[in-house]
Formats: sequence, structure tokens, C-alpha cells
Amino acid sequence: MNLKRKNPNPDPSSPDSDESTQLSSPFPDEVLERVLSLLNSRKDRNSVSLVCKDWYDAERWSRTHVFIGNCYSVSPEILTRRFPNIRSVTLKGKPRFSDFDLVPPKWGACVHSWLLVFATKYHFLEALRLKRMTVSDESLKFLALSFPNFKALSLLSCDGFSTDGLASITTHCKNLTELDIQENDIDDKSGKWLSCFPENFMSLEVLNFANLNSDVNFEALERLVSWCKSLKVLKVNENITLEQLQRLLVLAPHLREVGTGSLLQELTPRQHSELKSAFSNCKNLNILSGFTEVTSIFLPVLYPACTNLTFLNLSYAVLQSDELSNLLIHCPLLQRLWVLDSVEDEGLEAVGSNCPLLEELRVFPASDPHEDEIVHGVTEIGFLAVSYGCKKLHYVLYFCRRMTNAAVTTIVQNCPDFTHFRLCIMNPRQPDYQTGEPMDEAFGAVVKTCTKLRRLAVSGLLTDLTFEYIGKYAKNLETLSVAFAGSSDWGMECVLKGCPKLRKLEIRDCPFGNAALLSSFRKYESMRSLWMSGCKVTMNGCRLLAQEMPRLNVEVIKECGNDDCQADKLYVYRSVAGPRKDAPPFVLTL
Amino acid sequence: MEKSIAFEKDLNLEATELRLGLPGTKESEKQTQSTIKSNKRVLPDMSEECGSKDNSNVSHVKKCDQEVAPPAKAQVVGWPPVRSYRKNCFQAKKMEAETTGMYVKVSMDGAPYLRKIDLKVYKGYPELLKALEDMFKFSVGKYSEREGYNGSEFVPTYEDKDGDWMLVGDVPWDMFISSCKRMRIMKGSEARGLGCAV
Repeated sequence: MNLKRKNPNPDPSSPDSDESTQLSSPFPDEVLERVLSLLNSRKDRNSVSLVCKDWYDAERWSRTHVFIGNCYSVSPEILTRRFPNIRSVTLKGKPRFSDFDLVPPKWGACVHSWLLVFATKYHFLEALRLKRMTVSDESLKFLALSFPNFKALSLLSCDGFSTDGLASITTHCKNLTELDIQENDIDDKSGKWLSCFPENFMSLEVLNFANLNSDVNFEALERLVSWCKSLKVLKVNENITLEQLQRLLVLAPHLREVGTGSLLQELTPRQHSELKSAFSNCKNLNILSGFTEVTSIFLPVLYPACTNLTFLNLSYAVLQSDELSNLLIHCPLLQRLWVLDSVEDEGLEAVGSNCPLLEELRVFPASDPHEDEIVHGVTEIGFLAVSYGCKKLHYVLYFCRRMTNAAVTTIVQNCPDFTHFRLCIMNPRQPDYQTGEPMDEAFGAVVKTCTKLRRLAVSGLLTDLTFEYIGKYAKNLETLSVAFAGSSDWGMECVLKGCPKLRKLEIRDCPFGNAALLSSFRKYESMRSLWMSGCKVTMNGCRLLAQEMPRLNVEVIKECGNDDCQADKLYVYRSVAGPRKDAPPFVLTL
Repeated sequence: MEKSIAFEKDLNLEATELRLGLPGTKESEKQTQSTIKSNKRVLPDMSEECGSKDNSNVSHVKKCDQEVAPPAKAQVVGWPPVRSYRKNCFQAKKMEAETTGMYVKVSMDGAPYLRKIDLKVYKGYPELLKALEDMFKFSVGKYSEREGYNGSEFVPTYEDKDGDWMLVGDVPWDMFISSCKRMRIMKGSEARGLGCAV
């Protein structure tokens, strides 16, 4: 159902309401809207809306999906006023460092106030994707009951709800196509939610409950899978056994993405071959994940299914190098690979040898380096090996225990197309282990060579020189993450002055203070947000910033027992919604 | 050159002290207190572990030193930057693994009494064999798939779930630890029978 525009009268909320300056468009409005409705990229749509008033109006009426990167940058009222026909909303809440416990609980980003407005203004809402938002069971129930057309719910890194809330969704959303529950802090009471799907429910296309630990009723799951002929994505939890998985695969060989349960079971030879055959019948399989508790006996079962794999997520599987190597031989088309560093450099050498089409590699630490016995992990050797073999590599997230400037320089020469370079040397402030020097030249090489770089995370021992390089060369950089680095305010100043496309800057435990913060305060209005924690900014510095820039929200999170002058955690973001009305007592808006 | 020595010192000695600003400033001390928030368990005594692992490689020894020195490292909140969800997954599995343990008896031909070892403590064959060598004071020779262990009269074997005596090292590690019921270090002519290619 499309709400049509009634007449071309200027909308009071749009920028230029003077009729005489309206040029008559060569296209009738309906044609313009139809053309614009084919535009999906939000960057394109934002550009379109700036062309002229007519185009602004046509764009706002034809937009059906909206992405809000910071839920506090705009209010639901402003949003619904500008875009009346939205069917799908993506909302992101807390600052990213909340993933690492740097943001206290009950900070905010509650979705409920949004749902209340959407219930009246977006009655036909179909999809809601939330990241780092607080969602209550009450909100989920309200969602389930308020939107008759609701189809897709995706919750990533959210908190505040329990499986009861999920039960509301599965009970009431008759048209549900997608239920994607990922990496949330959820109160897992029971698996009953799965049994709440109505008897003849057929519409599900995506089901991901890998996050949830309680047992679901397997018969209900089996029935669901056999009825939902359009099911493309099925990611089960750890409690689903291999035998059960096999039965599900036989029911749904058309699956494109499969997430396995726990694989730590003994299989009889018959079970082994049945499972292998079930996997090999999944001709559309592109993405595999899960693999919690895997044994090498299981892996060969997957080999026939790996031919068309483009994304393999082994980041919960503690594999050794030979196990990975044997698996990768069967994955020639692999584009994205996530592994644990238990595979060590040898495993990464196998990546370099077997995956020429690889575009993205993420290597996570298998254990906490501070707590465990000596674990070898990966070093510069593995990264180098991958860079020699995988020329198309453009996205890397690499947790390692040592690195050298020379290695990084060679790596980016081999792979100059990096768009995302996130290197985490796990010991804070660790220098080049061969030369003992800071890692400045490494990141210098990255920004000089990789002109398409959009996201960068730095680590190791770094002086202001790194930031000079970043400011000078990283002209496409949008996101920068910094920890335990830099020597003085000058470092941060270089970045603020130098990176024209910077949108997100997150800093922890660096010696940057008020001078750096205030050096380019106008810059923050062109950015989504700035986070600074454990730095040297003071309350007075923050107050000054707040005074100079009234359209920025300057918030300080106070931890008790600390000096009142220090601004422990600073979060600055642009907003058209004004200061937060729901800030808890420990968040001070200046 | 001096600079690099200073930095190395930073790592080993002053790394015990959590530093957030430039060294020597008052502010950094205060901030140190604010970020010390440990909900992790206390580090076990590292020096024992260091001793029993293979230390022939210099870099391992270096890591040993680093690991032994700074308990304060464990107190950096949110570092390394791994999502809490992922961290908790491994935490839970580790706890599980720690409480169960996998103790098997080890006998050696000619030794007066048996020993017991926890297979879960070892990450792979090299560490297990080294531990056995240390425990029983022998050395095991070089392993090859074709010929078994060459160069020593001692051969490590184990009894699997089916009751058969197998050569240690043939199957992948995970399969080994889940099927090994007990171990026996064979010596002399009996050992050579198993060591030959079948």
C-alpha cells in the first residue's frame, strides 16, 4: 500500500518553502518518484535529496528503508515526519566500545520510544534491525502486536530481553520471514519460543538461534523446517545433535546458509556417511558457521559441501593448523574466512595456498592471553603468507602476539586494496619485536599504500608519527580506532585536521587532552561520533566544547570514586534531536 | 638504540604497573585505579607452567618472561577488544574443560610404579611426549608416519576404546584424547614390533 502525495505544495518541514523558487520539474512527480524508488543506496538518496526541493520531496516519499547509525542523532518524531512510507528500519544504539564493557549497563538506547511512534506512523512496518540497543520483553510484545505486516527481526549485540520476548514474536507475527538473534545478552529461560510458531506456519526464510542455549523442541523445529519451503538460512544452537542436523538438512537441501550445533559426538560409520551425504546434497550452500566444539573426525563430512562455499565462519572452532589445511583444500571459492588463532601461522599458510579468491580474513584469539598458559597464536608470518597467496584481500581483522614494521609494509605491497585494516597486537604498546622500534612505519605504509582505506584500527607502540601519517595520507578514512597509543595532543590534532571523510573516532587510554579535543571542534559536526575514554580530557575542556558547539551532544559518563575534574568517558555526537531526555544519572550532558 | 632498550624495559618491569598516561604523572595513577576492575580469576602461578613446556625456542622463553611478570595485565577492562559474547563463550568452555580433566594411567616397562597424567593439559603430541620424557627420564626418538618412532628403544603406545594397543601419534590429537584409555611406554624388542610399518 503506497501513500500517494496529495499535491506539490511545499512541506513545512522541507528546507525551502518559497514557491516562487520552485523550478518546474521536467518529470511529473509520479515518474520522478518511480525512478527514485529504484535507488537503494542511502548515500545516493542523501545526494538526491539535496538537489532541489522537488527532488527532496520525491525522495522522502519514495524512501522505504532508513538507516540510523546513532539512535540519539534524530528523534522518532523527526524521522517519521520526513519519511512517511518507511517499511524497514535499521537502528544502532550504544557506542561500539560498549562491546568491550566500557559502557556501564542501563546507559540507554532503548527501542521502546521508537516503537511507540512507529506504531502510529509506520503501521505497515515490515523489518526492524537493531544493533547495540536495549530491547525489553515488553517492547518485543508491543512490536509483535502492533504491526500486522511485520516480517523481519534482527537483533545483534542487544540486551534487556529474554526468550519470553521471542515467544511473543513467534506467537503473533503471522508473516514472519526472518528471526535473526545474534550475540545478544539475553536471559535464556527456555526454548519454548520455537514451539510458539502457529501450526501451519510456512513463511520463514531466515532462522538464526545459535545464540540461545536452552533446548528447543526438536519436533517443532523439524516441522517448521519441513513446512517452510523458502527457508534459506538455518543456524541452530549447540544442543542440536549431529543426527538431528542431518535430518534437518535432508528436509531442507536448498539451504544457503547453515550454522551447525555442537559437533562433539561420536558417529557410527552409517551416521557419518548419512551426514556426509546430507551435506553434499545441499547444492546451494554458500555459508557455513557454528562449529562449536569440533573434532577432526567431523570435518571430512563437510568436504563435499565446501565446493561452493564463499563464507566459512570457524571463529568458535578451536582447530589446529592441519585440520584447517585439510578443510581449505576443498574450499576453492572461499571469499570470507573467520578463524581462531589456534590454527597458528601454519594454518594461515594453508589459507594463502588454497584460497586465491579470499577477500576477507578475521583471526580471533582463541583464549585470553592474560589468563592462559602460553598459547602460540599467530604472528606476522601467518599474515605475510596470506598476503602472498590472497591478492584480493581487502578486509582484515587480525589479533596477533607480535608484528614487525617490515612485515606490514610487505603485506600492503602485496595487497594494496585494503578497505578495512584492523590490526590488534594484543600486548598494549608492544614495539616491533625485531627492531624494538615503534610500529609507526607499519601504519604509515598502510595509509600510504592503501588509498581506498575506509576503516583502520591501530595497535602496538605508536608515537604521534603514526597519526601524522594518518592525517596526511588517509584521505578516505571513515572509522579510526585507537588504543594505548600516541605521545601528545599533536597526534589527535593531525587526525582531526587531516582526514576529510572521518565519521567515527574512538579512542581509549591515550595521552590526548583538551588541546587535542578542542583543536578542531567544528569537525565533530561532520562526524557521527567521537569516543574518548581513559584520556586526559577534563570536565572543563568538555564544557568548553559543549559551549562552542550547541548542536553537538557532549556527554560524560562518570564513574564513582574518581576525581571530579577528569572526564573519564567522553561521548560526543551530532544530533538534531537535542540533548537526551532519557539519560541515566551517571551520564552528564554538558 | 637507547630508546629501544627503554621500551623493552617498559615491557618487562613497568608493565606490572598499568599506565594510561605518560609515566610519572599523578593523573595516570588515578586513572589506573579507575580502570582496575577485575572480574577475572587470579592468574595461576606461571613459573611452573613455564618450566614444563618446551623452552628450547627462544621466543617461547621470551613469552614466558612476559607472561610471568605482569598480573596487572589481566585487569585492563575490555582488552583485547573481543566482544563479551565471544569471550564468555570461551570462558564457559574453559571452565567446563577444567573441571572434568582427562586422567589416564601411564606405565613404563621396567618402572616400579605407574603415573597418571591429565591429557587435557596438553595442546598436542609434542607437549605430551616432552612431559612423558621428563616424567620417566627417557627419550622417544623421531616420529614418522611410515616407520613410527626411530632412534630410541622406547615407544609410546596407548590402549584405545576398542581395547587395541596403538602407536601414539598416528591419529589427530582430538581423536587421540577422546579415545585413549591408558598409556604404556614400551621398551626393547616388543616395542620394535609395533614401531615397524604394518
